[in-house]
Amino acid sequence: MVEWTDFERSTIESIFAKMDYEDVGPAALSRCLVVYPWTQRYFGNFGNLYNAAAIMSNKMVAQHGITVLHGMDRAVKNMDNIKATYAELSVLHSEKLHVDPDNFKLLGDCLTIVIAARMGTAFTAEVQAAFQKFLAIVISSLGRQYH
Amino acid sequence: MSLSAKDKAAVKGFLAKMKSRSDEIGTESLSRMLVVYPQTKSYFAHWKDLSPGSAPVRKHGITIMNGIYEAAEKIDELPGGLLTLSELHAFMLRIDPVNFKIFTHCMLVVLCMFFPEDFTPSIHRAIDKFLAQVALALAEKYR
Repeated sequence: MVEWTDFERSTIESIFAKMDYEDVGPAALSRCLVVYPWTQRYFGNFGNLYNAAAIMSNKMVAQHGITVLHGMDRAVKNMDNIKATYAELSVLHSEKLHVDPDNFKLLGDCLTIVIAARMGTAFTAEVQAAFQKFLAIVISSLGRQYH
Repeated sequence: MSLSAKDKAAVKGFLAKMKSRSDEIGTESLSRMLVVYPQTKSYFAHWKDLSPGSAPVRKHGITIMNGIYEAAEKIDELPGGLLTLSELHAFMLRIDPVNFKIFTHCMLVVLCMFFPEDFTPSIHRAIDKFLAQVALALAEKYR
């Protein structure tokens, strides 16, 4: 059972409430595909990922970035039971999408960096710690049903 | 994942920009690491004050930044060029290499906060590659 302090809870809720999904989602996913090019292996049918400019302007990448962020909404709304909330999504990522769970961390790191850029000094070390704790649980839950 | 000519140029260009806030970057990266990854404090039990921005944290943050600039100057001959630092880390400091990644991540967060326009994904990639090579150089003599 994950224990959340009041600060952590309100921090996570606040970050997602204030976030512009249409901005952060595409920025995070496209950054991941540029910084860690091997992650492109999962997006073979997304069209032109040939260089950074192509990736950053790719509409399918942008749309998928938004999808991923909205997927995290469920975790924010069920912070006390992310593991159960994500059981189905975990099976999906394992059985259908065949995503190596280590890649979740790569996207998580890029998301952290994009949010830091948007929030500036408001992204204090304490806020970063809370956000990374949340991401670690999301990532762990997504990897739970792999076998 | 060795550095291409383009990577090296990108690294040198961005490092030049970083110089204007170098002390801040070092201090903030190290402070942040100690808060977000408390297990890293185990390496600094000998400091009186581990709080963010404290004197020892600031001093050490600057030391690390200077090491990074030195590495950039020897970018064509890592790890050979960092031999002294390699030996220091291998025989004296013996920091578990996983912590190099942790520190790198904190630095990348700070760079994006301080330079939101300039720290593009392509620059992010080049800097990440460079810092990974530096980490490898530092761990060169570990075993």
